[in-house]
Amino acid sequence: MTPAGIRRTLRRRVAAAAGWLRALSGDDAYERYLTHHARAHAGPPLSRRVFYAQREERKWSGISRCC
Amino acid sequence: MKKIVGVLLAAVGAVALGGIALHRHEPINALWIVTAAVCVYALGYRFYAAWVAARVLAVDPSRATPAERHDNGRDFVPTHRWIAFGHHFAAIAGPGPLVGPTLAAQFGYLPGTLWILVGAVLGGCVQDMTILLLSTRRDGRSLGQMARDELGPFGGFAALIGTLLIMILLIAVLGLVVVNAMKHSPWSTATVFATVPVAMLVGVHLRQLRPGRILEASALGVALVLLAVLAGGWVDTHPLLRGLFDWSSLPLAGFVIGYGWIAAILPVWLLLAPRDYLSTFLKLGTVALLAVAIVLLHPQIRMPALTAFVDGHGPLFGGKIFPFVFITIACGAVSGFHALVASGTTPKLIASEADVRLIGYGSMMLESFVAIMAMIAATLLDPGVFFAINSGAGVVGSAPAAAVHTISSWGFHVTVQQMQALAHEMGESTLFARTGGAPSLAVGMASIFGNTFGRGLLSLWYHFAIMFEAVFILSTLDAGTRVGRFMLQDLLGHVYAPLGRTSWYPSVIFSSTLIVAGWGYFLYVGVIDPNGGVNILWPLFGIANQMLAAIALSVATGILVKSGRARHAWVTLGPLAWLAIVTTVAAWQKIASPDPRIGLFAAARALAAHLAAGSLPAQAAAAAPQLIFNQRLDAWLTALFTAILWLVILDMARVCMRKLRGMPVPASSETPYQTARLRPFAVPAQLPQEGGT
Repeated sequence: MTPAGIRRTLRRRVAAAAGWLRALSGDDAYERYLTHHARAHAGPPLSRRVFYAQREERKWSGISRCC
Repeated sequence: MKKIVGVLLAAVGAVALGGIALHRHEPINALWIVTAAVCVYALGYRFYAAWVAARVLAVDPSRATPAERHDNGRDFVPTHRWIAFGHHFAAIAGPGPLVGPTLAAQFGYLPGTLWILVGAVLGGCVQDMTILLLSTRRDGRSLGQMARDELGPFGGFAALIGTLLIMILLIAVLGLVVVNAMKHSPWSTATVFATVPVAMLVGVHLRQLRPGRILEASALGVALVLLAVLAGGWVDTHPLLRGLFDWSSLPLAGFVIGYGWIAAILPVWLLLAPRDYLSTFLKLGTVALLAVAIVLLHPQIRMPALTAFVDGHGPLFGGKIFPFVFITIACGAVSGFHALVASGTTPKLIASEADVRLIGYGSMMLESFVAIMAMIAATLLDPGVFFAINSGAGVVGSAPAAAVHTISSWGFHVTVQQMQALAHEMGESTLFARTGGAPSLAVGMASIFGNTFGRGLLSLWYHFAIMFEAVFILSTLDAGTRVGRFMLQDLLGHVYAPLGRTSWYPSVIFSSTLIVAGWGYFLYVGVIDPNGGVNILWPLFGIANQMLAAIALSVATGILVKSGRARHAWVTLGPLAWLAIVTTVAAWQKIASPDPRIGLFAAARALAAHLAAGSLPAQAAAAAPQLIFNQRLDAWLTALFTAILWLVILDMARVCMRKLRGMPVPASSETPYQTARLRPFAVPAQLPQEGGT
């Protein structure tokens, strides 16, 4: 494999790992919400700040942690 | 091909289990246990789970899930199965599987290990997967709602009361574990205290400065808490600061109670949510690191397979191997609490019913493996050292010389010098009578990490392990208090409507205070108990958790029978019967045993007799009336749990009998079938598609 090819593969792997990590932590939740909103709803979407504020509130209103 | 893999797995598993059996009277390597565990899980997942999913639960990938039907981009979001697996595992994994196996190690490594494997594969994993599928088929309804819909109002009420009580006991016992880990340890105390402002900083970052940049904020927070571990070491050497953070257990309990109360009434973004991000990162990271280190180091297990304490006279807690090994190892084998998570957030993330096996059964397998690692960390210690750390002063004596004498007389040789050298290595002033499981787990983890990644850093690894346990115990404490508050407000709302409003501040403060007072009471009594308190509280929590599992399995069995699958109902009825027997026998012994080490009423009577005879030292005499009251209260609580358990089982049996006799039963609450459509957007663009690598 050429050095450029290795670099490309490496970049792809790192990007994939970062993608998993972002999805796992919820870091990409707002982007996914925007995609959903553009597809399914009219009108302006929630702002990033409001979206995450509501997300935390919802998450901690039920049983989301265990023993 | 699959059959060949299966046969190979069975062969390797059999060799590993055989290895464990043949090494009964000599030290065994931890790798045997790890291999046996992995093979048992692989076989369970490949064959039993697949069969249960296909034949018993009739998992149908063509049926649309609530995430697909109600997709709103917020709580109902079809999620890639490995991401949902990660979320679900992070939600169910807590300190339970770390503490339980550590305590059960007093019976030797074998009984606990076997129950962790068998209980998980046949019980806990099946429970989690079944409840997850049932809830997914019911728009993500909670266990309590499902119990009400499918069995009747009593089942729902029992689930609610059971959950509330178990929450209070859980928080109390975990609080006690943290207090015992920080007691007279300036390093641990300073580090754990420092995690509070770190979490708040992360919270402000996530809310005000850069909203939603979770990875970035978590990385910052994790770096800061690691720094706090280092800074704690510096505090420990500083003459003035050292004294400032040298707390005894009563003020530490006060701190935990005050912290819990404040955390429950503060907005979630400031403390609870950011602390949870930190603890999730630390939890997943440490679990992975521990697995790697155990395989690299493959330490010898020094605890015998079985100890003499199977006869019921163990120093950590009283009671014979049956039923108490099954009560003590709650979360690593079967945990009723998981049914609450599996019927909460997770069903709303399931993209396809086909994912239920990985997410429900698979996450519990991993949780069970965490318990196996905790068992290894506890049993690789010198047994004498293990018992010296974990035996309360009330059992072995408070002076080091007396403690080593008692422990050596059991056949587990240990010396005062050995304990002092170990404490010095770990950066602690003493390791005697550090009950609760956290310090002994931390010593075990430190020796695994230290021997794998550099021995000079033992004290750092020890305090890292303490910090790791404390951080996620404190986040369970916050989250649990908050959930308890919601449930209480729900109940109180029936009495006086405004109390039910979760955003009305007077009600928030009132109900939070009640919940904190509930667990704070048990924590306080645990702290003043000369036997360490964990010996009473942990079995009580275990009984409560198994009771909740029995409620969940009753709901599952009832639904299976009602939907015409009585032939296969043994899949949930079997674990239910076993848990009912174990819990009832344990409860009976806790109530009626004449041995004060086991029976709660007997303990109260014995203590009252000592008090009346004036044979107690002044300090013990002062605490005695409270302990006597508490032992009686615990006995009545145990009786209440058993009553709830059997009433739910009878209620389920009533519904099943009616169904089998062709009489009317509550209608199924399953949502009608809708065909699933392909939803490619469910997978983030950067992620590989299903089936890819």
